[in-house]
Amino acid sequence: MCLAIPAKVTALEEDDMAVVALEGVKKRISVALLDEIAVGDYVLVHVGYALHRLSEEEAQRTLALMAEAGILQEELEEMSGGSA
Amino acid sequence: MTAADTGAMRLSGSVDMTHGGGGRAMAELIRDLFRRHLSNPILDQGDDAALFDVPAGRLVMATDGHVILPLFFPGGDIGSLAVHGTLNDVAMSGARPLYLTAGFILEEGFPLADLDRIVASMARAAREAGVPVVTGDTKVVEKGKGDGVFITTTGLGVVPEGVHVSADNARPGQAILLSGSIGDHGVAILSKRENLEFETEILSDSAALHGLVADMIEAVPGIAVLRDPTRGGLSATLNEIARAANVGMQLDETAIPVKPDVAAACELLGLDPLNVANEGKLVCICEAESAERLLSVMRAHPLGREAALIGHVMQDDANLVQMTTGFGGSRVVDWLSGEQLPRIC
Amino acid sequence: MKYVDEFRDRALAEKLARQIAQEARLERDYHFMEFCGGHTHAIFRYGVQDLMPENVEFVHGPGCPVCVLPVRRLDDAVELAERHGVILTTYGDMMRVPGTKQRSLIRAKADGADIRMVYSTLDALKIARDNPDRQVVFFAIGFETTTPPTAVAIKQAQAEGLTNFSVFCNHVLTPAAIGHILDSPDFAAGGPARIDGFLGPSHVSAVIGSKPYEAAAEKYQKPVVIAGFEPLDVMQSVLMLIRQVNEGRAEVENEYTRVVTREGNGKAQALVDEVFEVRKTFEWRGLGEVADSALSIRDGYAAFDAEKHFAISEKQSRETKSCECPAILRGVKKPTDCKLFGTVCTPDNPMGSCMVSSEGACAAYWTYGRFRTAEKAKEAEPA
Repeated sequence: MCLAIPAKVTALEEDDMAVVALEGVKKRISVALLDEIAVGDYVLVHVGYALHRLSEEEAQRTLALMAEAGILQEELEEMSGGSA
Repeated sequence: MTAADTGAMRLSGSVDMTHGGGGRAMAELIRDLFRRHLSNPILDQGDDAALFDVPAGRLVMATDGHVILPLFFPGGDIGSLAVHGTLNDVAMSGARPLYLTAGFILEEGFPLADLDRIVASMARAAREAGVPVVTGDTKVVEKGKGDGVFITTTGLGVVPEGVHVSADNARPGQAILLSGSIGDHGVAILSKRENLEFETEILSDSAALHGLVADMIEAVPGIAVLRDPTRGGLSATLNEIARAANVGMQLDETAIPVKPDVAAACELLGLDPLNVANEGKLVCICEAESAERLLSVMRAHPLGREAALIGHVMQDDANLVQMTTGFGGSRVVDWLSGEQLPRIC
Repeated sequence: MKYVDEFRDRALAEKLARQIAQEARLERDYHFMEFCGGHTHAIFRYGVQDLMPENVEFVHGPGCPVCVLPVRRLDDAVELAERHGVILTTYGDMMRVPGTKQRSLIRAKADGADIRMVYSTLDALKIARDNPDRQVVFFAIGFETTTPPTAVAIKQAQAEGLTNFSVFCNHVLTPAAIGHILDSPDFAAGGPARIDGFLGPSHVSAVIGSKPYEAAAEKYQKPVVIAGFEPLDVMQSVLMLIRQVNEGRAEVENEYTRVVTREGNGKAQALVDEVFEVRKTFEWRGLGEVADSALSIRDGYAAFDAEKHFAISEKQSRETKSCECPAILRGVKKPTDCKLFGTVCTPDNPMGSCMVSSEGACAAYWTYGRFRTAEKAKEAEPA
C-alpha cells in the first residue's frame, strides 16, 4: 500500500514545491499533484510528493465510529451483571 | 616564514602520495597535524611503538575500523566516532580503558583542512574521555581508492576484579535495561546522505560510555551482560545476545524510548527504529533484583537520563526476541540481513 | 504524530476487538484478502491477527509491486546498468530482489555498475541535471500511488529539455489484478481457496478514488472496504466487511475517509492519463499474463521511454525452482507451505521476491510471525 505519511505543510515555495514537517523533521516535497494547498494543511506524502489533503472532520468522524465499537457489548455485560 | 606559517600554509593544501611516503612530507604531517592535536607524554616520546606500564589483572583489547560517510554529521564526525566506538567496545567488557591507537588511511586529494578538523575532534574526544592516543600510523592511497579517510582505532583496558561481563551470561529471569533513546545516530547520518536529505535537529548520540559503565559496575559488580547497539540497532544486539546465551527475550515496546523526531524520520523513510544504529547507548542485562538500583545509578549519569527497563530474558531454545506491541499484539523482533534501506512500499 | 498515533490507540483496539468477536458469527469462517503488502506489513508489525477471533483470517494478496515484478523486467534493469553504461536510479525496495541466477541490483552495484538509490523521482531528475554527459534511467515501479510522481518527472524533464533522462516503466494497475485473482480457478466455488471480501488499498485509492472497485464488487459479488494504513483502520475495516458478509451485501465502502474520496485525485489522474497508456497485457510474477494491468509511456513522450531508447536484449529469465512465490502471491499457499522457506530461502539469502520485499508475505512471516511456530513447539516462560 505504498508507504505514505501525513505531514503538515509549513511553507510553500516556487515551482510547486513545499516544506512539510512531521514532528520536528522537515522535508522539501513536490505539491505538483494538488491544487490550492495552504500552510497548515496536512497532506499525505509518498516518495517526495503530496498525494492528497487530509480531512480533519473525516478523521474525527472515523475515530468516533471506532470509539462506538464495544459500547453495546459493555452495556450488555453491565446489564447481565458480568461478562457474557 | 616561521614553522607555524609553513604549517598553516600546508593545511590549505590536500593529501598527496608523499604524505604516506615515509619521507620529510610525512614527518611534517605527523608533527604539524597529528602530534600537534593528539599530544600526550607517551605519544611525544616519538618512537614507532608506545612504551607504558600496565596494571595487574585481566586486560581487554578491542579494534574497530571506521569507514562512515558522510565524514561530518550532526553531533560528530569520523574522528570523535572512532574514539567513542573503540572506548565503548572496551567498556562493554566492564573494563576501564587505558590507551588508544589510531591508524589513518588517507585518500590522495583529501583536503588537509578537513583532516585537521577530524584529528582535532578526535583529540578532543580522547581528552574528554581521559584516554590518550599513544601511537598511530598514516598511509596514503591513490585517488579513487578510499572515501577520503578511513580510521582504525584499537583500545586497551583493564577489567576490575570480580567483574565477568559476557553475552553468554544471560539467563532466564534477568532484566534487560537500555540506557536511553534509540535511533538517534542512524537518523542523524541519514539526514545528510545524498538523495535522502531532510532537515532535523537530531544529533548523533556518539559518546564514550566508560564513565557510565564504571558507575554501574561499582553499584552492581555482578552485571551479566553489557553491549552497545551500534550497526544493526537494538534488534541485532539483542538477537546476538540471545543466540550466544541460548535464551529468548520478551520486550515491551512501550518501554523503549524513541525521540519523536527519530520516530517521525523513520516513518517517513519506512525504517524501524529498532534496526537503526546507535553510538552512545548500551544494553545491560542483570539479575531482576538489581534492576531498580542500576536504573537509578544510570539515570543519575548524563548519558543515562532516560534509562529504562525494556524487558526480560526468557527460556527459549528458538532464541526468539519477542515484543508486545503498543497496540496490544505481539511480534518477533528479528535482525536484518544487511543495512535497512528506505522503502516506498 | 497527528493522524498517526490516534489510529494506533490500544484502548480503541480492544474495543474493536470485542465488537468484531461479537459480530463474527460462530458458525462460519471469514477470509479477507488484504490486497496491499503494506496492510500485510501492518498486520504483522502490530500483531493485529492476535486481536482477531479464530474464525477471521487474512489472505495475503499480491499488492506488492516489488513482489509481482516479473524476473525478466528486473533482468532488463540489471542489463541497463551493466551493459548500457547508464546511471540507473531506483527506489530502495528493488535493490536486493534476486533476478535470474540470483543477480540483483545490489550485486551488480558491487561489481561496478552505477546504480543509485533514490527516495524520489525529484532526486533522479537532479542526478540527470548534474550529469549531463551520462544517460540517467529511472527504474519506475509501483501501483497507482507511485505513478503520478513518475508522470510529473517526465513532464518536468520535457519542460527543462533534458535529453539524458528516461524511465523504464513498470507501473501496474490494481483493479485489473483484483479481477484476475477472482477469475482464477483457485477462487472459484469449490476451489482450493476462498475470499469473502477485500481490504482495499489505502493510498492507491487516494489517487484513483473508490469508484474503480465498484465494477468488481458488482461483478464478483464480493464486498470491498477501502482500509486505512494504520492498525485501527484495518480492524475497523474488518468489522465493516464482517457486517457486509453477514448482511449479504457486496458494496464498496470507504473506511479511510480522511484521505480517500469516491473520485480520488483528479489532477493526478489527468497527469497520468496524459503521459501513460494501458498495455494490452503484462506479465505479473505469479499471476501470469494479466490484461489491461500495466502502463507504458505514450508516443508523445517517447523521448523519455528507456525501452525505446535502449536496445534491451531478449532474455531467458527463470524463476528459482521450487520457489512458491507465484502461489503465495495469489493467496493460495502460505509461506510455510514453501519447501524453501526458512531453509534455503531466508532474508539473508532470498530466493524470491516475497522474501526480499519488506511487504512480501514471506518476509512478514519471517520477521514478525516465526514465533507462532516456536510457540506451537514449546512453551516460552521465564525460569
